[in-house]
This record gives sequence, structure tokens and C-alpha cells, in this order.
Amino acid sequence: MAKMLYPFLIVVALALVGYAGGSLPALQVVFGIIIPYIAMAAFVAGFAYRMLGWVRSPVPFRITTTAGQQRSLPWIKANNLEAPANKLGVLGRMALEVLLFRSLFRNTSAGLRGKRLLFGEEKLLWAGGLLFHYSFLVIILRHTRFFLDPVPFFVPWLQAVDGFFQVGVPAMYITTATILVALLFLFARRVVMPQIRYISLPADYFPLFLILGIGTTGVLMRHFFRVDIEAVKELALSLVVLQPRIPANVGPLFFAHLALVSSLLVYFPLSKLMHMGGIFLSPTRNLTNDNRRRRHVNPWNYPVPTHSYAEWQEEFKEKLEMAGIPLDEDLDHKPEMAAARGGHA
Amino acid sequence: MPEKGPKPEDLLRVEHNKLPEKDWLEPDVDFKAKHGNYCYPSKPKMLEYLGMPNPRQWRPADDDWKLPPDWQEIIYKGMQERLDRFRSFKLFMDICVRCGACADKCHFFIGSGDPKNMPVMRAELLRSVYRRQHTTAGKVLGKFAGARDLTEDVLKEWFYYFYQCTECRRCSVFCPYGIDTAEITMMGRELLNLVGVNINWVMEPVANCYRTGNHLGIQPHTFKDNIEFAADDLADITGVKVEVPINKKGAEILFVTPSADYFGSPHYYTFLGYMALFHEIGLDYTMSAFASEGGNFGLFTSHEMMKRLNAKIYAEAKRLGVKWILGGECGHMWRVLHQYMDTMNGPADFLEEPVSPLTGTRFENATSTKMVHISEFTADLLREGKIKLDPSRNDHFRVTYHDSCNPARAMGLFEEPRYLLRSSCNNFFEMPESTIRERTFCCGSGSGLGTDENLEARLRGGMPRANAVQYVHEKHGVNLLTCMCAIDKATLPPLMEYWVPGVEVAGVHELVGNALVMKGEGERTTDLRGTPLLTKEEVTANV
Repeated sequence: MAKMLYPFLIVVALALVGYAGGSLPALQVVFGIIIPYIAMAAFVAGFAYRMLGWVRSPVPFRITTTAGQQRSLPWIKANNLEAPANKLGVLGRMALEVLLFRSLFRNTSAGLRGKRLLFGEEKLLWAGGLLFHYSFLVIILRHTRFFLDPVPFFVPWLQAVDGFFQVGVPAMYITTATILVALLFLFARRVVMPQIRYISLPADYFPLFLILGIGTTGVLMRHFFRVDIEAVKELALSLVVLQPRIPANVGPLFFAHLALVSSLLVYFPLSKLMHMGGIFLSPTRNLTNDNRRRRHVNPWNYPVPTHSYAEWQEEFKEKLEMAGIPLDEDLDHKPEMAAARGGHA
Repeated sequence: MPEKGPKPEDLLRVEHNKLPEKDWLEPDVDFKAKHGNYCYPSKPKMLEYLGMPNPRQWRPADDDWKLPPDWQEIIYKGMQERLDRFRSFKLFMDICVRCGACADKCHFFIGSGDPKNMPVMRAELLRSVYRRQHTTAGKVLGKFAGARDLTEDVLKEWFYYFYQCTECRRCSVFCPYGIDTAEITMMGRELLNLVGVNINWVMEPVANCYRTGNHLGIQPHTFKDNIEFAADDLADITGVKVEVPINKKGAEILFVTPSADYFGSPHYYTFLGYMALFHEIGLDYTMSAFASEGGNFGLFTSHEMMKRLNAKIYAEAKRLGVKWILGGECGHMWRVLHQYMDTMNGPADFLEEPVSPLTGTRFENATSTKMVHISEFTADLLREGKIKLDPSRNDHFRVTYHDSCNPARAMGLFEEPRYLLRSSCNNFFEMPESTIRERTFCCGSGSGLGTDENLEARLRGGMPRANAVQYVHEKHGVNLLTCMCAIDKATLPPLMEYWVPGVEVAGVHELVGNALVMKGEGERTTDLRGTPLLTKEEVTANV
């Protein structure tokens, strides 16, 4: 229970601190300008630092996971997406993975019914995950109307599609509903499914609550406690052009929203949310399956002691002679090290 | 099978959704209660022979594992080294979101219900220590951040669970980030090996292989005896006397296969199949009494040990002056050959790009490594009409095929064996989709776990595979489970005996050998196992 409760309380506290800070004109500079700047810097620097950290470690072996037929004989149909034989195949495989969550789409459930092990299709996690990520993406893109002037061409189009159902005034966006539903689903499965509850850490609940908090404060601002949208845009734009200033009438609710967004930015590089960058580096997915066609070089391929043929022949000489297996003359009898050929170590 | 062990219906009583109240961060392995689920430690002399650390007598059920005094430092340092060397390891420590998609993909979890057999948990056992050492949150927040100190109990838990993973990579197919538990387990075992915590069923084959050239410790004279014995057997069955050249310099092709092929059963019948095939096509090849093992239990020890054992294959190919290398049926052997050998011990610039001497086909997928899989080689022969098969000689079998983990998920070798099987027999049936090809279930005994002392874990881990066999056994009367892995051939028979009595286990080239029409052969009255073939009347009656 504490695993859920503490992250929840932390998110509530962060929102309240933001709200309080926004209520006090003296602190608005801190919560409206200084903290967002620090958070953005932490996000960019942190993200880059983590990516570089991974990239600094080499990929010594080509350990592709193959999920389809290899390219071998010309008359056997190869599957270039699931066992990519070339870079193009890898590109396709990665695109499917990143854009459509290919591997998760494979998901099944396994369970014993009597003495029979049965498998069922299990697409809910895939659907919930996809729904969450795409809703979030659309929401972020929609928000560029606050940061960019002129507003990018696609934003009005996106708003029109997203607000298609024209429910309420102002119209409720579809993605507002879908992201909340998706987040609640992702949360619920951690609570309801015993296996998932067992493996879940506070670090799994915290980002769910944080993003739920961001969404909730956003909904409150748009639909319930209207904030001065012009003032918000003025603040956002001033931050982007590096001439920050706090307009009057922004309203404390916006500061709560901003505090949670800042928290997310800071938290992101420190957390599992880095799967966003990490997926691109995953060696089982982003490598070709052409190991025997094209040699992969390991930069730290160091020499190791081996048991050479010469030593072996020496040890088993009598038995070799007895069995009439031909002996090799003119051998170097020094122990051998399997040299690091091709590598620089 | 164990006379007094658990009955199948007892083992099937598995609860997947009843999870312990206790937080997983508390290590909790009672080795006395878990007897039958772990393997015995390495004998000291194996480690001494290999120059590996901390050889000693110890038992998992003992309180004192006699670790070196600075064992924590050794592990921390080893972990740092591996984080710096393997992007896979570093990334897989960081990016898991614990979505749980992997949970019910693991045969050990399905068969045991032990929550720490969920792949995500297996990795968390290591991640929790990683977080404590390498992440700010873990250092500051400790348990709250899912971090924990490396205590002896944690190490014991590592031993239990990293030797209860067969590195089959099924979970990595389903993971949205491609996190590969084989990679985690390999790192876990490397770290354990640094302080002398390992199992004899891995270390003895490694030591044998280092010394004699093969896991079983077969010395050159016995090697030759076994092969000559097999040639006599083959002559009795087919009426054709074959020669198998050994250590022959200047042969065109070096043939390397797991040692179980010429020593174990039912591997042996597959070996007879190879011999018949090579003779029939007049292949200019040699076997080597030195490179007498294709398998590599170094893979189950450390990357370094894998390289040490693998080195002999290229070295021997060079010494014998062959043009290229042909490899027999095996699972993990092919993971090493396909994904590691060229990188570790190549480039094989002293060999030639493999070309089939019979068909002229260039094996373009093996131009760098210069090693061809026997099923690729034979599929090409068959396609080009260089061999003739009489599938009716396998009419006494109703056949299914188990994709062995490594050829499936580390090579993508799916169609070649199926092409051979469909051409070698008339009754072939696939198991359910969720249990074949890239989704294939491990035999439950891979990665050096195929011994007797952990039989309960093996039977549990092999249950999903056996269950699918049972399905086709009941539905189609399947009585033969074919596969292309030496560990499968050794461990599936007892698994079948336990779960699906009446199903035998065979290699693909055993069926090829049965069906192969040879020049100058007598009429076949039995298959390669000596089982009488069906008469014409029996065949008709069966239809």
C-alpha cells in the first residue's frame, strides 16, 4: 500500500506547492520562470547524459532476437522485418517497434485449465499502452500553440480532429478522455492483477500519478476553473524567447499544472521513462541478423588462454598412435592465446 | 523417472495468481525445502583445471558458502566492468518499465508459479543491487526505489534463479524493449563465477571440453572407436559400409557436431543419418578428434570461457587446411557459432566462402563465418535433386517438430528443418502456434541444467513444451517429437516419459537418414533405431 500511497502523496504535494507558489506574487517568478527553466535544462541535459551513458558502452556482440525466418537459401522466403538481414529491415523493424509496439502486440496470456495449458490473445496492454502514448503525443503537439508563434500549421488541424465530437464548451478533446482512461487502465492493472502488483515499485506508480496530475490540472483549467489563456500563452512564449516575464491573472491552478510538468521533466531522465530513448538502442532489436555474412567487431576482444592442438596432441600422443589417428609433426608446443584478431584490444 | 517424486497431476497444481505477501526485495530461498530445484556445485578440481576462482567443497543448503572475504567488492567491480563492456547489460538494467508482458512467457514461471521466475523478477534480482550501487535514487531512497544491498542471502537467491533460467530468450520476443533475460542470466552467472559460485553440470563439461576437446571427456581413441562402431551399425542396417575420416588434412570440409551425437542416445541415430548422407553424396570431409565438440558450455559460464572453448574450431580448420566448416544439429552450439564465433575468434580469412561441392550453391549467409548449418546444407541438396528420399520408410512415425530455442530465436532457422521433415515423412503435424517457431517453449533443461538433481525444476519447466506435445499426441496420434538440439535430445525423452508417455524423440537427420535412398543398399527392414518398418499392409491399414 505504501508503494502506491507515497507516490500519490508526493504528487499531491507537488501540485499544492505549485498552487501555493502561484498564489503568492512574490513566488511567481520562482514557479513560473526559474523552476521551469531549471527543469527544462535538467531534462535536456539529463536525457543526453543517459543516452551518452548507454552509447559509451559498446555492443560487443550481435545478439539479435530473431522472430522470423532468416535469410539463407534463395528459395526460402525470408522475413526481413522479424529477422532483418539488412539495415532496411532493421529500420522497418524499429519503426514497427517504436510506432506500433510490435513486440507487445504479440502478447498472449497463458493459463492452466485442468491439465491443458491454454493461450489467449491479450491485446489490452498493447491497446492501453498505445492509447496512452499517442494521446500524450497529440496533447504535446496541441500544446505547441502556447509556445510557438505563429502556431504550426498542423495544430489547428489537430485541434479540429481532436475536438471533433464538440462535447461541451469549450469542446472537450478526445485525447483528454483517452489519456485519462489509458492512465487509469495502466494504474488499475497494477492494482488488480496480482502478478503486476507484485512486481510494481513506487517508481511505477509515481509517473502514472504525476501524468494523471498533469492531465487533471489541465482539465480543471480548461473546463472548470478557467484561467486566462492569453496570459498563459504570453508567459509560455516569453519563456521560449528567453525574455521571461510573468503577466498578471495567470491564476494559481496553472502554476500547479506547471509545477507537475516541471517535476516530470526533472524526473524523466532519472527514471524508467528513459525507455523512450533506450528503445532505439536495444541490441536485440536494432541489429541485423546477418552474423555469418558480415563480421561484427568487438572493440575489447582480449586474448584468452586456450588449450592448443599441440598441447592436446602431446597429452594424448600415445592414444592417438594406438588408434592410428595421424599425428601432426612440426608443431609449436607453446601454449596459445586465442589472439584478438580484428579488435584493437 | 522418479518413483517417489511428484505425480504429473501434482505438478500441474500451479497457482499463478497467488502471490506472496512478502515483498520481493526480501531474499527468500530455503535450499533445504527446494531440493530438486537446483543443481550441485562444481567440484573444486574442475575450477582448478580451468584456473577459475575459489575452488572448494560447499553445498547450497549450507549456511556458509565459503565465499572469498572480499566477495562483495569482487562482484561490485565485476558489475562495473560488465556495465562498461556491454550496452545490453547497462540498457537492460535501466529501461524496464515492469509492464509484466514477460511474466507468463517463461516456462519456469508457467510450470512453477514461483513469482521470481517471472523474467522481470529475474532481472530485478540483479537490478535491485545495480540501483543501490549505480543510481542516485537507489543510494538515497534504498528499498523505496527498489534497491537493496548485496547480502549473502541476495547472492544465494541469484544462484537459485540464475540457474533456473535456460537462456531460451522466449521472453525477449515479447518484451516491448527487447530486454533479453538470457543476457541478464549470462551476466548474473559471470558475476557468480567470479566468487566461485557455479554448478558442476556446467563446469565439468567445460573442464572436459578444455582438456579433451569435448564435453563428455571422450579421448581420441574412444572417439575413433565410437565412430567405427557407428559405421558398423549403419552397415548392418543399410548394407552400405561407410568411412568417416578423422583428422584428415586437406579434406574439403570439417564437420563439427555435439559430442552427444556419437556418444548419447537418441542423438546417435541422427549421427547415423549424417554418416549415411555424407557417404551417399561422396562428401570430402573430415571429423576432428580435437574439435570434437560443437557445443559450448562456456556460453553458460562466461563470455571469456565461451571464447576459450570455441577457439579450437577455427584453429583446427586452419591446421587441417579445410575450405569451410559444416555444423551438425545443436541448439546453443549454433547460438555461439552464429552470434559469437566470428567476432570472438575470427576473422576466418584462412577459409573459403562455403560452396556446396555437389550443387555449386554458395551459402551467401555464411560468407564471413564460413560455417554452414547441416539443415541448410541438406535442404539445398534435396532441393537440387542430389538426394532421393523415400518418406514411406518413416510411416511408422507420426511426427511433430520442436523448434529448439537458439536456432529459433538467435538464428531464425525455421523453414530448413521443416522442409527436410516434410520431405522425409508422410505424417507431419505442427504443435499449436503459441508453442512453435519464435514462440517455441524450451525443453526446460537448457543452459547446463539438464541433470538429475534439479529434476523437479526440469519437469516443471518442460511442462509447457510437453503440454503442446500432448495436444498433438492426443489429436493426431503423434508418436515422434523431432528437434535439432543435443540438449533436447538428451532431456526431452525423460520429459516425454513423465508427461506424454508414448512419444519418442529424434533428430531431423535421423528421419532424413531413414528415408535416404542409398546406392547399393539392401532392402531396409528397420529404421536407424532398429525398429521394424511398417509392411505395405500395415501402411494401408493405417490409412
